[in-house]
Amino acid sequence: MLILTCPYCGIRCDETELAAGGEAHLKRFGPGSSDEEFEGYLFMRANPKGVHFERWRHAYGCGKWFHAARNTATLEVYGTYPAQVHEPPQEVLDAISTRVPGWRWKDVS
Amino acid sequence: MSRRLPKGGRLIDRSKSLGFSFNGKEMRGYAGDTLASALLAEGQVLMGRSFKHHRPRGIVASGPEEPNALMGLGRDGTFEPNARATTTELFQGLEARSQNHWPSLENDFGAISSMLSRFLPSGFYYKTFLWPRAFWKHVYEPAIRLSAGLGKPPMRRDTDHYEHFNITIDVLVIGGGISGLAAASAAAESGADVLLVEQDPAWGGRAPVDGARIDGMSAEEWIGSTLQSLQSMPNVRMRTRTTGSGIHDHGYVLLHERLTDHAPEHSVPRHRLWKVRAGQVVAATGAIERPLSFAGNDRPGCMLASAVRDYVVNYGVAPGERTVILTNNDDAYRTALTLREAGLGVSAVLDTRQQATGPLAAAARDAGLNVRPGCGIAGIVGRNRVDGVQVCRQDSDGEVIDVIQADCVAMSGGWSPATHVWCHAGGKLSWNDEAAHFAPDPARPPTGVDGMAMMQVAGSASGAIHSGTALESAHAAGVLAGKALGESRGRKAGRAPAGEDEGHQPMEPVWLVPARAPYAKRAKSWLDFQNDVKVSDIELAAREGYESVEHAKRYTTLGMATDQGKLSNINGLAILSRELGAPIEEVGTTTFRPPYVPVTMGAIAGEARGELFQPVRKTPIHEWHEANGAHWEPVGHWRRPYAFPVQGESVHDAVKREVLATRSGVGLLDASTLGKLVVKGPDAARFLDMLYTNMMSTLKPGKCRYGLMCSENGFLVDDGVVARLDGDTWLCHTTSGGADRIHASMEEWLQTEWWDWKVYVANVTEQFAQIGVAGPRARDLLNELGPSMDLGREALSFMAWTDGALGNVPVRVFRISFSGELSFEIAAPAGQARALWDRLLEAGRPLGMTPYGTEALHVMRAEKGFIMIGDETDGTVTPQDLGLHWAISKRKDDFLGKRAQEREHMTDPLRWRLVGLETLDGSVLPDGAYATDEGVNANGQQKTQGRVTSTYYSPTLDRGIAMGLVERGPDRMGEILEFPVIDGEPVRARIVNPVFHDPDGEKQNA
Repeated sequence: MLILTCPYCGIRCDETELAAGGEAHLKRFGPGSSDEEFEGYLFMRANPKGVHFERWRHAYGCGKWFHAARNTATLEVYGTYPAQVHEPPQEVLDAISTRVPGWRWKDVS
Repeated sequence: MSRRLPKGGRLIDRSKSLGFSFNGKEMRGYAGDTLASALLAEGQVLMGRSFKHHRPRGIVASGPEEPNALMGLGRDGTFEPNARATTTELFQGLEARSQNHWPSLENDFGAISSMLSRFLPSGFYYKTFLWPRAFWKHVYEPAIRLSAGLGKPPMRRDTDHYEHFNITIDVLVIGGGISGLAAASAAAESGADVLLVEQDPAWGGRAPVDGARIDGMSAEEWIGSTLQSLQSMPNVRMRTRTTGSGIHDHGYVLLHERLTDHAPEHSVPRHRLWKVRAGQVVAATGAIERPLSFAGNDRPGCMLASAVRDYVVNYGVAPGERTVILTNNDDAYRTALTLREAGLGVSAVLDTRQQATGPLAAAARDAGLNVRPGCGIAGIVGRNRVDGVQVCRQDSDGEVIDVIQADCVAMSGGWSPATHVWCHAGGKLSWNDEAAHFAPDPARPPTGVDGMAMMQVAGSASGAIHSGTALESAHAAGVLAGKALGESRGRKAGRAPAGEDEGHQPMEPVWLVPARAPYAKRAKSWLDFQNDVKVSDIELAAREGYESVEHAKRYTTLGMATDQGKLSNINGLAILSRELGAPIEEVGTTTFRPPYVPVTMGAIAGEARGELFQPVRKTPIHEWHEANGAHWEPVGHWRRPYAFPVQGESVHDAVKREVLATRSGVGLLDASTLGKLVVKGPDAARFLDMLYTNMMSTLKPGKCRYGLMCSENGFLVDDGVVARLDGDTWLCHTTSGGADRIHASMEEWLQTEWWDWKVYVANVTEQFAQIGVAGPRARDLLNELGPSMDLGREALSFMAWTDGALGNVPVRVFRISFSGELSFEIAAPAGQARALWDRLLEAGRPLGMTPYGTEALHVMRAEKGFIMIGDETDGTVTPQDLGLHWAISKRKDDFLGKRAQEREHMTDPLRWRLVGLETLDGSVLPDGAYATDEGVNANGQQKTQGRVTSTYYSPTLDRGIAMGLVERGPDRMGEILEFPVIDGEPVRARIVNPVFHDPDGEKQNA
């Protein structure tokens, strides 16, 4: 039962207040994309042991979607941030680098 | 024979005698007894039969690690199976029954399987799969079903009540032995808010039995004074009878408190489940003694040395008159000395070590005890209990050198820290060679939200099994846990309590007694008592290639019983490691999972029972339905009337009457559960064009359009009528079950993909009720209510809507039809809906108006060939499969599901597609029936070519009608399919157009 802080309302949420939404920062591929691109968008997901970026919704609270950068092995949470971004904010990347030098997630590092 | 001693027993009150029964026999014990101690005091050594071989079994332990003494407690509404006698406190009137035997505990028929044990090796169940298949059905399955399971499940509803309790705390200390008390003191002195819990009714753990001395006091004196000081601190809370059940992520801990198991006359909740968020958790969970593996070690009378000592000191009970001690360490000598002091016989102390040189061994010799170093046990004399012990040299193959008369064997294979809670949340263990146990590795703790240790480990749980080092470690753990908060509050913990260690000779690991025991003995040396796993079973698993400890566990069922291997785990690993020739630390442990001991289902459910299990959603017209005999149907959390049977009418007849009345006159439907989502904003048109397969941006204000929604995977997920309210506002109707899901999905796309689009979505499902008025006389009825607007055929055409007032209620009227009749759906503010409903009923009486339920609704839509989400769709069906091509825009570049529908498989001409099905004999096809095809598939199964998705008796046509998905269905009109049914001849049905009624739609356009 994780605790994640909602970046919108500032509440430290118990996992029971949240709905998990899987991997963050996916790029949508629609008509005109190749089979490989579409397959990657719809089905292929990272399942790392370590640093991971996830989508969460404060479902039983303010209702907002946000992203969490956390470690799937140690359960450390490096930061949460609004979902309206295409890539993680620099301060979250820095926070991860402080704790996990040399980390890498897909093409983010 | 066990008995009550004339004096002693620090936990019992001899002035309070309690009556209880065991297998119907009346017995007596004292307040403070456990069921186990009271049974032993009454001479009851035989407590149950083992799971697989039905071997006679007695008590082994004195705590929650007990594998054998499982009882059924109580009766009827308070019956509970598999209760451990060792943790069940005695109360007046307790009823206990032993388990897993027939016809009686003493004469058990199943024990015959013990003689067949060589035919029931590990992996027996798996191996039988290889035998002729018919054997399963007729031979194995009946036999396994008869013998499977220990306790019987309760047959009555639980009459007790339970509750949940939430708390946030700085430091949670699990375990109230001397280490837990010391850790809690240190954390509390640092200023932290502390919750200290202990599974037993009494504080202090083992120390008073073991005779520890702390700060110059006896353990009991020290415990008393420490409790007093803790109780005086406002930042400390304490609970006994409360088990640390599971440690989860980020300091979330479940505690299981038993409030009235020992005092059932009280009316407070029986159990309480604590949901704790702790900043830090201190595991002061102690250690568990290991049995030793020798032939016959499961005979009633063979017990852990510490348990023998507990029964004497805590309960004044002698487990036997003449005890043989078998040990590989100094601790068991305490049992020898305790027995001697209580005036009981100690026949011998067999020490597997070559020499016994420690101070406790010296004390035993001084007391005149027969200490025999280098010795082990070759076998046990006696069938249902221990009558004697065959002595051998430990370093031998078991040649008997002596036979000693004894009725009890007290064994000690050393102590294993109770590391379960440390491991629950991801803490790692390291192997300690000297103590031959796994202990928490402080360098690899469970981590919290900040990535730092969220747990500390205190006392013997850390591997410090002597009181001096245990107290030091506990104090340090408490200080660390309290530190962050304590320092900021400017307070500091006092000094660590000082325990006195008398010094000891190192233990020597022994995994088999004697060391070179032959197969016959290894096949009688039990590791897991509850699941009947022997040394030879683990060896067999290793030989058959189950080298991973997790595989060996599952193959042999080692540690898979209700005790979860608390006694068997390390002994089993050691045998596996020896067989594999790999060190124990490389073999590793199996995974420790919550709960630490079983938690009652009642505690897990808490108050969420009966009406509180799930909220029921009620429409504003619910009370009328209830008063008018509605036959209910659950739809999501809603309750909807399925039909309204009148007196003496069957539900089926009611549905028939409702359909015919609507088709010939007028019917009234409460459609309030329909999802209603308002989508508004400058980008709403663009947004809806992405969500729906249709073009919604071209819809004119005042008009409605039937729309389809697909997932990104291309499959149909919801449908409904969309109305454009004004230039930038749409009202989207969803299915009753889909409203919340579709609303959430709209939010998700708006927040996470198109967050720069200016659109708002509001779910107004419960703000408006919706009443359907359908049938040839629908307009006549509405006109009776003096509408403020024109509802004529041209003024309000099919698929248009209008605002106005009806019977003085503000309404919005949609001219849409799900029945195929002339139909109006009237939305009214929830608060005024019942008034409108009543006015419609009154005005409709002269017209013979009939309220109808969901089944009539379903029948009428099926007669019209309208699809229903969840019937015709199941998450693998596309709109094209359902012949809904007309609702898929070809002019849009993109919509959800468009890319997916371009995939090869989605356009395969062989996909199953929607058709109508008409049985040749007019009967109703079974729902979900499959149409068979010629030949068999790759798995040798009959091929299929379609299935029934909706099937009803049609009152309008007076015959069965159905819809189904059939391979190339629409191209095969007129063909006849065969649908096999259970216990009968296959039903033959012809492929027809799915629109059975009014195919030209003249009625709805009236």
